[in-house]
Formats: sequence, C-alpha cells, structure tokens
Amino acid sequence: MTKWVLVMLIVLSTTAGDLLLSREMKRHGEIDNFHPSRIGRLAAALAKRKFLVLGIAFMAFSFFAFMRLLTVADFSFAVPATAASYATETLLARYVLKERVDPVRWAGACLVMCGVALLAL
Amino acid sequence: MDASHTKLRLKTCVFSAVVILTNVLGNFFLSLGLRGGTLVSESPLAYIKVMFNPWVAAGIILLSVWMLSRMTLLSWADLSFVLPVTSLGYVVSALMARIFLKEQITGQRWFGTLLIVAGTALVGMTGPRTTPSSGKADTA
Repeated sequence: MTKWVLVMLIVLSTTAGDLLLSREMKRHGEIDNFHPSRIGRLAAALAKRKFLVLGIAFMAFSFFAFMRLLTVADFSFAVPATAASYATETLLARYVLKERVDPVRWAGACLVMCGVALLAL
Repeated sequence: MDASHTKLRLKTCVFSAVVILTNVLGNFFLSLGLRGGTLVSESPLAYIKVMFNPWVAAGIILLSVWMLSRMTLLSWADLSFVLPVTSLGYVVSALMARIFLKEQITGQRWFGTLLIVAGTALVGMTGPRTTPSSGKADTA
C-alpha cells in the first residue's frame, strides 16, 4: 500500500472519528467530576452511545493505519502529512457541528495549517 | 470575568497540556519502536506481536491517555478550538528533536513553528465553547 493511500485513509477516518466524538461528547455533557469513583459510571454511560463507539472505531482504524504509515515513511513526513485533516475538520466543525468559527479563529486555524505545511515541505 | 468562566479556562489549559504532551511522547515512542521494519506484514498477528515491543507498548499507553483526555476536552470545547490549540504539539516535537536528538532545524521549519504558535495564540483568544452542551450531567 503506498504511503499516499495510507495518508488519505488516515485523513478520512480521523475526520469522521473526530466529528462523531465531538458531537457525542457534547451530547453527553461537560465532564466536570474527575473523582476515581465516577470513572466507571462515566465509562458505562459513554459505552452506551453507539455513535461515540463508532467514532472510537474510526480513530482506532486511523491509529493502525498510522502505525503502518510509520513503517513505510519517515516520522517527519507522517505527522505533517496527516495534518491535512485539520482543514477538513475545521470546515466540517463549522458546517456540520454548527460551531461559531469567527474571523479570529479562522485566521488562527489558517496560520496553523500554513505552519504545518511549512514543516512538511 | 466570573468564576465559572475562569474555571472553564483553567480546565481547558490543563487538559490541552495533557493532550499535547501525551500525543508528542506517544508518537515519539511509537516511532522509536517501529523503526527498522518491526512491522513486517499487514496481518493482524503482526500488529499484535509488535505491541509487545516496549517502545510500542509505552506509545500505545500514552496515546490511550491522549485519546481519553482529548474526549474529555471535547465534552466542553469546540472541535475547531481543540484542533489548532493542540497543534502546539508540533512545536514541542520540533523542540524535542532539537534538544534531545540534536537535529538541525532549518529556517523554514522554525518559521512554520512560529506560524503554529501565532495561530494557536489567536485561537486561544477565542472562547473554547461556542455551542451549548446539550447533555445534562458529567456522569450517567
């Protein structure tokens, strides 16, 4: 499998996984109690959310594809190349998750994307 | 600035730091463990075998912590906030490569790093949450 196919698979699965995780974690509600006795109940509540589990499955797929990529490409290529998902995720956060991405946040996100691209070149 | 706003900011800073550090160290350890063709085939057995490599195991543990802390952060913070802010990990990676591995970092890479820091600072100026949290509690 070529490294670019792996990069594409990683970007697609990371984007899908992150969108599902963000949506489902917001639906669950803000986690505000980090006492160890609550962790079990929290895990049980989260495990009931089918789309959250699907999101984790996408992230797991992305992780294994990333492991594979590290065996055929340098770390300095793998990390910045897969950061292409920043662009797709920010756009989908705006249009699918309906987050309010104001001009300052757009400008910041664009600077980060340019920075990542410079690291990759 | 009221107390709940300050608390949200503080919580966001702490979890962002955990997300950044576990990601950088996790990827670094994974990369060390997978160097030199450790993963020789695409069969599931090969993936399971490689997990017993100490570096890969340490990387997987750190990346599990990364995943859980990131999910916690996403329970209140926007995805469009979390992504750029946690990209400070690239900067930490570059600094680690410079300090510990004595790698030379070109001017172009330093400039890229500077852009990431500037972008993160800009995004950090915006509030972490722009959508209402529809859930009602922090546990079941």
